[in-house]
Amino acid sequence: MIIIDSKLCKGCDICIATCPKKVYSKSDKVNTKNVYLPFPENEEGCTKCGLCELSCPDQAIYVKKEVE
Amino acid sequence: MAKQENPYKKYLREDRLPHIFCPGCGNGIVMNTFFKGLEGTDIDFDNIAMVSGIGCSSRVPGYVKCDSLHTTHGRALSFATGLKVGNPDLDVVVFTGDGDAASIGGNHLIHAARRNINLTVICINNNIYGMTGGQISPTSPKGSFGTTAPYGSRDLPFDLAELVSAAGASYVARWTTTHPIQLSKAIQKGLENEGFSFIEVVSQCPTYFGRKNKMKTPLSMHQYIKENSINKRRAEKMDESELEGKIIVGEFTNKPHKELSANIKELVEENSNKGLAIKSAFEELD
Repeated sequence: MIIIDSKLCKGCDICIATCPKKVYSKSDKVNTKNVYLPFPENEEGCTKCGLCELSCPDQAIYVKKEVE
Repeated sequence: MAKQENPYKKYLREDRLPHIFCPGCGNGIVMNTFFKGLEGTDIDFDNIAMVSGIGCSSRVPGYVKCDSLHTTHGRALSFATGLKVGNPDLDVVVFTGDGDAASIGGNHLIHAARRNINLTVICINNNIYGMTGGQISPTSPKGSFGTTAPYGSRDLPFDLAELVSAAGASYVARWTTTHPIQLSKAIQKGLENEGFSFIEVVSQCPTYFGRKNKMKTPLSMHQYIKENSINKRRAEKMDESELEGKIIVGEFTNKPHKELSANIKELVEENSNKGLAIKSAFEELD
């Protein structure tokens, strides 16, 4: 599961460019700063590599790894 | 249950977030890769002291939950040298920018490298003076535009990684913000290395460098850096005309040799049969 913190995101879209599986796309939802947030549209394709977490300059992405 | 937040957010002062950096700035990525590199080593996070000068990149230690020292412009390395010689047990990390390290602190940089003092220097090179309004810096590529170069820069830029390896540093690497995994490995190696470790990170500045050079969005700058970086091993087989305007990335030097604080300690022990005088002030407190 991918959680995006709308308070921290500044809408730079680096996550859209870095994801090797093209999971993210631009949504039409805005946060309080009028920034268009990214949206994990193709979430089934996510391999939980963590590259988006590492590349997010604003520490806004969390990829939940389901380990029981 | 663990908190549902970014894994690198636990190292940051949450009351100061979101940070001041522009959307798409590379400084946040370098922060994340630093924490990832740190997690790979057995260094205690509480034992780290972060030192920085002036600049966008030098604001990074202000957001990290550890001891930090914000110093005068260009002199971060001098303060860090004092800190390391004063207490050799600290793991001193210096965050600096290209204007801070290469232009105002240029002499401090080469002499810290020559002495091979055990510091980890992370130089975030965004090719421009971002904080003061987009002036040309010593690392701006030839032909790039800035507020002080409306017709394009005519000078050849500094090659920081080559400069520092020639000055005698024991670990030198250059990566970009589009190579976060390789960068975090390099930072890990730099932290583990006993001696002067210099990691140059070519970063994007969409606000000033991008706006002046027809790359207004963070994505276009990101793509430009990704397309123009060539690994050092491949670059060695290419000639100069092919390499024009390219960013050579990789490991430049990895030759550990004796470092400054160990040298001083040895000198004192040889001549006075006593331990380091500076350390004795701490010992009496115990």
